Amino acid sequence: MNDTARENDRKTWMSLLAKAPSDRLAALWSEAGYAPEHSFLRAPEQGAVMVQGRTGATGAPFNLGEMTVTRCAAKLADGTVGHGYVQGRDKAKAVTAALIDALMQTDQASEVQAAILTPLACEAQCAAEVKAAKAAATKVEFFTLVRGED
Amino acid sequence: MYVAVKGGERAIDNAHALLAEKRRGDTSVAELSVAQIREQLSFAVNRVMAEGSLFDPDLSALAIKQAQGDLIEAIFLIRAYRTTLPRFGSSRPIETGQMACTRRVSATFKDAPGGQVLGPTFDYTHRLLDFKLMADGEVPEAETAPPRTEPTPHIMDFLNTEGLIEEEEARDDTPPDLTRAPLELPADRPLRLQSLTRGDEGFILGMAYSTQRGYARNHAFVGELRIGTVPVELEIPELGFAIEIGEIEVSECETVNQFKGSKTEPPQFTRGYGLIFGQSERKAISMALVDRALRWKELGEDDVGAPAQNEEFVLYHADNIQATGFLEHIKLPHYVDFQAELELVRKMRVEAQTGLQEAAE
Repeated sequence: MNDTARENDRKTWMSLLAKAPSDRLAALWSEAGYAPEHSFLRAPEQGAVMVQGRTGATGAPFNLGEMTVTRCAAKLADGTVGHGYVQGRDKAKAVTAALIDALMQTDQASEVQAAILTPLACEAQCAAEVKAAKAAATKVEFFTLVRGED
Repeated sequence: MYVAVKGGERAIDNAHALLAEKRRGDTSVAELSVAQIREQLSFAVNRVMAEGSLFDPDLSALAIKQAQGDLIEAIFLIRAYRTTLPRFGSSRPIETGQMACTRRVSATFKDAPGGQVLGPTFDYTHRLLDFKLMADGEVPEAETAPPRTEPTPHIMDFLNTEGLIEEEEARDDTPPDLTRAPLELPADRPLRLQSLTRGDEGFILGMAYSTQRGYARNHAFVGELRIGTVPVELEIPELGFAIEIGEIEVSECETVNQFKGSKTEPPQFTRGYGLIFGQSERKAISMALVDRALRWKELGEDDVGAPAQNEEFVLYHADNIQATGFLEHIKLPHYVDFQAELELVRKMRVEAQTGLQEAAE
């Protein structure tokens, strides 16, 4: 696997963890029963990220407002470092995300993927589809009355 | 002369206890949970996030509970909390063209690709009180239909291809931030938009309405209004690449405005832009109208002296926390100030009286 592909994979799982519902991630994590020995390079920390928009959707950036984010960096006993950046203020979620990020770089990756990431991804996709399907049902189907003048 | 006054402490403690009791209300009625507020009062939650300038539905719901539904007080709580958070960085600009839309309408093109998707809207409701809500909370499951899989294109793109609308120049400079540096005038458009998006909904609505009634009328059409979720990407310095750190709901309004042309610009359509946290289309449309009115200078239009064209007036009065802070402080003790005024008026009255008597003699 080349570096770009590895980076893309990591980006995908970190993004998935950032957006995962806290309670689902906690449930899957505890079901899977991982408890890797670790130390913190950065203890879990709550903060904010300024979200930018663009004038007219495509122009110059402007500051829209902040969002809460919690981050954490953990190091496994073998030296592997994992980072967690998650939406909201849940420190436990940031720790779990960092540990999963670390485990995904070890030979346990496929196991972790199957036990935690795949179910999360399926649930996220399913929720997005339900939302989109409900919106789609409110799409207007115009019909034109023919006035028969010509 | 400054006189230190003590003695209010017990009264203040007791007032706070009374406030807490009032917050809880009748204890025979079940207490509201923060989750109930978050899920069932989403428009209030959205307003507090937008004007509090912090996207966090749980905190917003907590603030609303604590403020007993006083939204400006709730916004105040959020603004205060926000200042305690370290800032990890600035996101990449969100891509609203990639939005997962739950609502998307256009007042200018009936058959735009992606169609008119009404979504969860109050439009077309009859505005009659629904007494069923007093009885039970049962709702039928919403209908579904096969969704669109590709992103919904922005309507402005169609006008753009014909060259009929002013071009929005893509740039990547760091925007000014009024939460870090005092708002200084003249303000460029990014700074104005930041001020408007966190400005008071009622104030921005009133300003926008004034343009429709003729004070700097700019003939706005809602080219597109879209509401939905977008991912937020942040560059992670320790990794050297960007990840999605979350997903937020936003409302976006792009107006198409009639424009005769000016000394510097050809006849074409011009743009107004509104972007707000959460589902908040009244504010998004208002913001777009006010944005357009404030752009008179860069488009070479005349200053007709309308309030909505006056950026000092609009931007310095849009923030409801600044406004309420200054407004409400006048109810706090001004005993010494007032004592001085009292003395002054008494003295002036004596002088005026003496003057009258002298004139009569």
